[in-house]
Amino acid sequence: MSKKVSSSHSVPFWRDVRVLRVIGQVVFLVIIAAGIWWLLNNLRVNLRSCGLRISFNFLGNTAGFPISEGLRYDPTDVNGYAFWVGVVNTIRISLIGIALATIIGAIVGIARLSNNWLVKKLAGLYVEVVRNIPLLVQLFFWYFAVMLTALPMVKNSIGLPGSIYLTRRGVYLPWITPAESFGRWAWYIIGGLVVAIAVYVFRRIQLKRAERPGFPIIWAGTILILTLGAGWFLTSGNPLALTIPVLKRFNFEGGLWLSTSFTALLIGLSVYTGAFIAEIVRAGILAVSKGQTEAARAVGLKKLHVLRLVVLPQALRVIIPPLASQYLNLTKNSSLAILIGYYDLMNVGTTIFNQTGRAVEMILLIMASYLTMSLLTSLLMNYYNRRMKLVER
Amino acid sequence: MDENQLAGYADKNQLPPPSERIPVIRWLKQNLFSSWFNAILTVVSTALIMTIVFGLLRWAMGARWEVIPANLKLLLVGTYPVEHLWRVWATVYLIAFLLGFSSGAHGGLMRRVSTVVALVSVVLAILPFPWGTRGWLFGTAIAAAVGFGLGYLGKGIRWCKRLEIVSWVLSFPISLIFLNGVGGILPVIKGRTTWGFMLNLIGAVVGIGLSFPVGVLLALGRRSKLPAIRLVCTAYIEIIRGVPLISLLFMASIMLQLLLPASVRPDLLIRAMMTITAFSAAYMAENVRGGLQAIPQGQYEAAYAVGLNRALTTILIILPQALRIVIPAIVGQFIALFMDTTLFGFIAILELLNITRSIMGNLEWRGTIFELYMFIGVVFWILCYSMSYVSRRIEKTLGVGER
Repeated sequence: MSKKVSSSHSVPFWRDVRVLRVIGQVVFLVIIAAGIWWLLNNLRVNLRSCGLRISFNFLGNTAGFPISEGLRYDPTDVNGYAFWVGVVNTIRISLIGIALATIIGAIVGIARLSNNWLVKKLAGLYVEVVRNIPLLVQLFFWYFAVMLTALPMVKNSIGLPGSIYLTRRGVYLPWITPAESFGRWAWYIIGGLVVAIAVYVFRRIQLKRAERPGFPIIWAGTILILTLGAGWFLTSGNPLALTIPVLKRFNFEGGLWLSTSFTALLIGLSVYTGAFIAEIVRAGILAVSKGQTEAARAVGLKKLHVLRLVVLPQALRVIIPPLASQYLNLTKNSSLAILIGYYDLMNVGTTIFNQTGRAVEMILLIMASYLTMSLLTSLLMNYYNRRMKLVER
Repeated sequence: MDENQLAGYADKNQLPPPSERIPVIRWLKQNLFSSWFNAILTVVSTALIMTIVFGLLRWAMGARWEVIPANLKLLLVGTYPVEHLWRVWATVYLIAFLLGFSSGAHGGLMRRVSTVVALVSVVLAILPFPWGTRGWLFGTAIAAAVGFGLGYLGKGIRWCKRLEIVSWVLSFPISLIFLNGVGGILPVIKGRTTWGFMLNLIGAVVGIGLSFPVGVLLALGRRSKLPAIRLVCTAYIEIIRGVPLISLLFMASIMLQLLLPASVRPDLLIRAMMTITAFSAAYMAENVRGGLQAIPQGQYEAAYAVGLNRALTTILIILPQALRIVIPAIVGQFIALFMDTTLFGFIAILELLNITRSIMGNLEWRGTIFELYMFIGVVFWILCYSMSYVSRRIEKTLGVGER
């Protein structure tokens, strides 16, 4: 009783920790706010002296500059749409780069743990070389030295098996394009997916109830493939057409064209990030102690089940968080595209700035775009981490 | 008791396991041809290595290597005036001397590093550089040796140790003043267009050095129990980490002057340094936070139990331990920052990579693109790899992850 009285009455408020905390935070916030206000005020004064005002209206004006790849775009389109084309290009290079880097990283990471001495050393050499050379130097190497200098002109292009052509104007690949009957076939895709998912869920519940390991994905996959195959035969005419690049008088026609800057950026980013992913994969595999595998084998699990039920869940828990930050790094590093002429959001953004002189607005837009991407990734990551967290007893 | 000592004691008394001598054939069989799959892998990777090595060799034979020596000065120190080059050498001597001094006083890893520096400069001095350069290079080794001698003599003396720390801290501003010049005494040499590769080095050192205190404060702020402070620090860290460095540099080049009063117009290089510091601080904060998280709760409780308050606990108990843990991470960050300085070229700062572009633009050196990129790659690789090697050694001697 007496204690309670003393704590609420005898301590003067200027020595009460609770009050001091609030005061400290208020002072801190006031200082920060004053700093920001000072900066913004400077901005206002400076902009007024140039006769400018912050406004995003310029996004509705005609862009007037060309963008050579990505979504369908015309110089008469507006700035806002041009920027969107850049955003889509960034997402495109990032997703493809992430896929490639993951493949490279997984292969090299496993190779570093191989019991073959030569393979192990080779993988180690790759990782050490790539990680210790600046990404920009590598990108310049791929773009200026390989794509624009080492590769031949279109008429002496290097042909790889499978109708792939490497030229100084870019890479040409065979590609699948939807034909006119694709619309009808699409119904089979949707139907097949719905059935496959239903079967997957049903099988999973069944297995869980029986407390048996299994691969419901195999069932679902088989059903999907069967539906798609049936649909292919039932639809009149092939729903997908294969186009192959053919050398015409001046250039290749047909197939898929990857521009030089896109190819250089893709190779550079995935080779660079692949080295980092390889180290993550290696650490993840090493993190699962050998006893786990042996114990799982001893309980009588098959090799595949050991991998899926024992090793992978534990390794992935170690691998996924740093992997996600590498994916994010790759996305952010794709902004170096501007230095080798790929039209990503940074490049389009600075071009719009050069055309309109809108510095503040463009920087806000560029940063907001990158922040959105990283925020989305980290939200996904947090969700995943919560699901995969070790259940402690 | 000192755990390190105990561990070392145990190590010394332990006999190494008997070495097993494996015949070559058996080694080959075990490591390269243990199964048919392994045999295929071996053959494929041998073919790959052969292709790369022979390709490189054939190219290296026909390459125009003369582009490197002809432009070496331009690459390393940019267009720094020749009559002032002694200022660059003086900075090199200062660093070599300090390295030698520390190695004399401490030994261990420091000694190895300074030995390598001295050896490299001697080896370089033997190469056919102009005589003046060779003299300067020999001087570097001598500076390191003199430093070593003095450090050895001063070993264990208290004020020597203090002097060492103070001179390391002061060496950086002194070098900068020396390179840049001060009004009236030494002519000012503008950094942005004339310093070459030194800009990359200085950019990284400034970035790490200045971002260190900021980063520590941010890390403490992010772990603070006061929501306002935590929120502001977290927001700063996450925003900076969420955007690419190049967008920040873009901002520095076109928007920073808009945020400052009209009377303040910092040079582009200063703005770039400010940017890289602000950028690096966010990453530094996350590294330091990692170290703070590794400190067990018991340390806090013990410190409170002996009567230390929060601030003193942090300064005297927690930070010294946490910072020791994060040294390797900071070295890693330094390497990353060093490589990131190549982005300075984006805002028209003539650093190493940007200079090569101007060399390639020169008609005389057309088509030397492979040689130049190879040179840059090798320079960066050697520096970064040796730094990461040193960092791994530090990690080992600190015993991170073993306690």
